[in-house]
Amino acid sequence: MEVMSQPKYTGKRYRLDKPELLAPAGNLEKLKFAVHYGADAVYIGGQMYGLRSNADNFSFEEMREGVEFARKYGAKVFVATNIYAHNEDLEGIEAYLRNLHEVGIAAIITADPAIIEIAQRAVPEIEVHLSTQQSTMNWQSVKFWKEEGLPRVVLGREVSFQEIAEIKKHVDVEIEAFVHGAMCSSYSGRCVLSNHFTDRDSNRGGCCQSCRWSYDLFEEAPSNDVWVSEEDAQDQEEVSASKNGVTPNPLFQPEDNAFTMGSKDLCMLESIPELIEVGIDSFKIEGRMKSLHYVATVVNAYRQAIDSYMADPEHYVLKPEWVEEINKAANRPVNTGFFYDTPDHEDHIYEPEEKATPYDFAGLVLEYNSEDGKALIQQRNHFKPGQEIEFFGPGGTFFKQRVDTIWDEKGNVLDAARHAMQRIVIKVDQPVHYFDMMRCKRK
Amino acid sequence: MVNKPELLVTAGSLNEIEPLINAGADALLIGNDRFGMRLAGNFSIEDIQQAVAQAHARQVKVYVSLQSLLSNDLLDALPDYVKALGNACVDAVEFNDPSVLMAVKTYAPQMKLHWNAEMTTTNYATANYWGRRGANRVVFARELNMDEITGMKGHLEVESQVQIHGMTNIYHSKRSLVGSYMLHQGRPIEGGSLGKERGLFLLEAERPGEKFPIYEDINGTHIMSSDDICILEDLHFLLEAGVNSLKVEGLLKPLSYNETVVRTYRQSIDTYMADPANYKYQEQDMDNIRKVQNSDRELTFGFFYKEQVY
Repeated sequence: MEVMSQPKYTGKRYRLDKPELLAPAGNLEKLKFAVHYGADAVYIGGQMYGLRSNADNFSFEEMREGVEFARKYGAKVFVATNIYAHNEDLEGIEAYLRNLHEVGIAAIITADPAIIEIAQRAVPEIEVHLSTQQSTMNWQSVKFWKEEGLPRVVLGREVSFQEIAEIKKHVDVEIEAFVHGAMCSSYSGRCVLSNHFTDRDSNRGGCCQSCRWSYDLFEEAPSNDVWVSEEDAQDQEEVSASKNGVTPNPLFQPEDNAFTMGSKDLCMLESIPELIEVGIDSFKIEGRMKSLHYVATVVNAYRQAIDSYMADPEHYVLKPEWVEEINKAANRPVNTGFFYDTPDHEDHIYEPEEKATPYDFAGLVLEYNSEDGKALIQQRNHFKPGQEIEFFGPGGTFFKQRVDTIWDEKGNVLDAARHAMQRIVIKVDQPVHYFDMMRCKRK
Repeated sequence: MVNKPELLVTAGSLNEIEPLINAGADALLIGNDRFGMRLAGNFSIEDIQQAVAQAHARQVKVYVSLQSLLSNDLLDALPDYVKALGNACVDAVEFNDPSVLMAVKTYAPQMKLHWNAEMTTTNYATANYWGRRGANRVVFARELNMDEITGMKGHLEVESQVQIHGMTNIYHSKRSLVGSYMLHQGRPIEGGSLGKERGLFLLEAERPGEKFPIYEDINGTHIMSSDDICILEDLHFLLEAGVNSLKVEGLLKPLSYNETVVRTYRQSIDTYMADPANYKYQEQDMDNIRKVQNSDRELTFGFFYKEQVY
């Protein structure tokens, strides 16, 4: 029997393989929420060899607990071992990888061939995924890594839809692509601004995000003949005069924003059909440093969009509330990266950065009593009676209400929920569940 | 007995070949902008043929940069280019993308392969990995320190190359960052070119006096270091460690500067090799370089003696 293989990226609206939704988890709590809100897999950092040395990062015991939690949902846990190692880093890698295997990690995300080799030799049971730090952008290189035994390649963020389609056409290997979150504006891994400005090694997790700083742009004045050769100059004085004589031209006006390399964040939520149809196997959300609120909200939106498309591709429509939800947890403007076109002047953030998110994560539902309609809430941000709040949960459950009386666990009335992690009780208008979240508008 | 290392320098045009050889270069690095990256100059395939002829006549090697991060559309043109380089008797190509490794092995296997991923080759195991895949030489990241470089000795199964002089790339984006900024300002592309001849640079508020050259070309936006590495004073450590190739980066420098630098290192290497035990660094050698150094750019040890954290 001849099997016809139909390339996935052509034609319209075939029922396709469901992609994996891969979410970041900066700590164990975030892992649980990412999984509960619908991630098929999460990636985390251990205490060594990962690129976020400032994140909480997982101990092996926490990894074990995370893997067990994820397993109940059929979800996998990956570990980022994505540094470029130095000689001194090499010795402990094998033991570390054995520990990852022992606690049940399904895959590592790796850029440095030194780590790839050790993993393939010492723990062949663990999948090795090639990190975006290798900036893989053409099918021949993807094929190289496949032939090296890697089941998955995370592409460079610079590839377009068309290029991904060509890669999928030429090579049968799992392709992972970033679909949401902050982006290096450089080729990932090809930036040592941090090393130069602050002696922090960006390729070992020390990145201080110098690309988001402000710079002034100048040009050397045209008559400034800096390069006077030894032979041309009669004496040292002449060289110095020629080197230092002319002032450079500023290429900005006093009222202009400063120059920066800082990029808007990636958001491909509005392109779910294209992402699925081009055949991307894993949709990756960036953000091991992001908040619990952010991770749960973003995962929730992508989960619903993917499920909605898969259920009925022909009649899929983007729901505006998915986009609105993400906007409540995000603090940077977004764009579509390189998927459609090379980013231009509308894709960078020249204005002052890091506005606060419009909403705060106010509380976490621990219990719900259907008899009296009261919920036990763990406080995560200040709120008080009269304030408008929103409850949301997996699958897009959502309602708004006002806070009425706030009690402590013993039934004493409180004037406000003031303390972090404080357990309080309020009446809720609709049933809620453990893991549902409560947010309020930032004042 | 230590093997004599090679002194490698970039050449910006055919006119620079003879003078750089006369100054003492053992090997020249050139390339074409389409496939190479951050080149001192752009060589057509005919230029490359001629450069090889001139250099080989003087027993000097020619390497070609094929270091671009390749997109699919460049793959189609890669076989012909690789074949042409092979036919031109180019001694080796520098590469940064596995697709180039595969193309050279298929179309011009007689050419040697030098793995140069700029900032991401940071340990001997990675060097040996590329060695087992066919690379003859590995170029180490400029962010390594002296102990890390000299500590490679005894672990390497491939030749090693270290940059000893000149500027380094510190940021590379596929984006057009200068052009985008000018559009944002509402003053698109003032003066036409944003290339390296334009003399653009960035200043950062807390680092007055440190000028970071920035330019754009078909490979995107490049930002370069504000200082020039100069390891002359401690060259003997690299010579003792058996580094096979010592590179002078001539990007954004005039020929006369590069000639002086090459001549100075040539002399130091030869003096050392003649009698390693009694070699002593001579302060006046450094003066030769200081005389031609642009006072805007500090001569430094780069990362050779820096403590980095993460």
